[in-house]
Amino acid sequence: MPDFISVTINGTPNRVARGTSIAAAMLLAAQPNRISITGQPRSALCGMGICFECSAVVNGTPHRRTCQIQCEPDMTVETDR
Amino acid sequence: MMRTEVLVIGAGPAGIAAATAAAANGREVILLDDNPAPGGQIWRESIAHANGVGMKQRALDLLRRSGAQILPGHSVFAADASGTVQTLQETSIATRVDEFRFEKLILATGARERFLPFPGWTLPGVLGAGGLQALVRSGYSIVGKRVIVAGTGPLLLAVAAHLAEDGAVVAGVLEQAPLGQMLPFAMSLLSDPAKLMQGAGYRRKLWKTPYRTGSWIVEAIAGNDGRSLAAVRITDGARTWSEPCDLLACGYHLIPNTQIAELLGCQLRGSFVEVDASQRTSLENVFCAGEPTGIAGLEAALVQGEIAGLACAGRPTAALRQRGAAARAFGVRMEKAFALRKELRSLPRADTIVCRCEDVAFGDLQHRTGWTDAKLQTRCGMGPCQGRVCGPAVEHLLGWRPVSVRQPLSPVPLEALCLQGETADIGHND
Repeated sequence: MPDFISVTINGTPNRVARGTSIAAAMLLAAQPNRISITGQPRSALCGMGICFECSAVVNGTPHRRTCQIQCEPDMTVETDR
Repeated sequence: MMRTEVLVIGAGPAGIAAATAAAANGREVILLDDNPAPGGQIWRESIAHANGVGMKQRALDLLRRSGAQILPGHSVFAADASGTVQTLQETSIATRVDEFRFEKLILATGARERFLPFPGWTLPGVLGAGGLQALVRSGYSIVGKRVIVAGTGPLLLAVAAHLAEDGAVVAGVLEQAPLGQMLPFAMSLLSDPAKLMQGAGYRRKLWKTPYRTGSWIVEAIAGNDGRSLAAVRITDGARTWSEPCDLLACGYHLIPNTQIAELLGCQLRGSFVEVDASQRTSLENVFCAGEPTGIAGLEAALVQGEIAGLACAGRPTAALRQRGAAARAFGVRMEKAFALRKELRSLPRADTIVCRCEDVAFGDLQHRTGWTDAKLQTRCGMGPCQGRVCGPAVEHLLGWRPVSVRQPLSPVPLEALCLQGETADIGHND
């Protein structure tokens, strides 16, 4: 059985299975990964690191491809605006 | 900087087979991959349940025993045929650029899904077919979610079966190709019992799910919040109807990843990298295997990868060539079966986004003369994905062939570039 870790997404703590990608965690939390240049909410599309729609702010750094990074304990993730 | 005799880019089936064959025959091999673990898309690891099925496990065991050095998490952003490749590594806390020097290079860069724009396709809840499957494998639970799978290609049935296994309610599978167009391909499977059984197995898992050929999505509709998917509009050309759903998994078959080959100057034939019978490209020291040489699936990738690896190690490949040719022929039949219907060109409205990175709408592109004009006037294709998503879409909608490929192939943080070979702390990079 997977063990669980806590990641903070847009200020709210979320429990996810270890090994979960940040993009999957943001989908589970129903939070958009980024807001597009005309203000539309966007979420992961390709799931394989190509489309950049899953770009989000990870531990303070913007534009990270969250489908390619796994959640780590006490990580903070925010919608890229 | 690291030196190696053979550098393989891409650790999917083709790259794994290539690296294994070259290393097992005495060559020093480094295998690079963009993803966190080897396996590529088709053998992507699931965090919920072991999916290390026989073939994948055997291939990975052979790879580990071959002595090839496996470096996941390395994204290639620059390459030149004189023998260097540059990669970017990104973790949650750091970025790093590295340089590799090679004598021989094997490109096994695989394929990506083709996405075609339709009104509402940018809504959260609309994903690629392979895209949704990859996210489920990386921890997104879809238990009880109502999912529609749509687009074209053999991947749809496989994805739908896997999503159903993972607890989704698959409300329908929509294949745009008409049944008549798919029949020759389906008939040819009769001579390939393994593929036939695989298809039958998927269908059995989906026995309650309607599978409609000659049907496609015309619009994704948002719920009351306007910010997430609530339903899709479907047509079969004669009739159009709505279907409520939580998720739409929509992909239009596959596009070869040829960016690195193009950057190096390898000759293309149509959309694919041209290779000879030993998988050698137009460049003496560059080989290519798997989907970039023609979308033909797992078997073709494995045999072509092995041929490329053996060729790099100076070993004979004649014994494998017949299998290679048969696998390629399968790919050609598949391409015909899932050719895109012309109605898909008229789905976008003037305000439908085509370039998702830069939010360029179809109406902004329709009257441009081609890619250069569109890039100069609208920034279409100039965002972080560098046209990987909108390029194939624009080609289908407007017939524009992609122009030049330039490095960096994807965004590279400046401080990582400056500190090449050292790890850049990214805590303070704004």
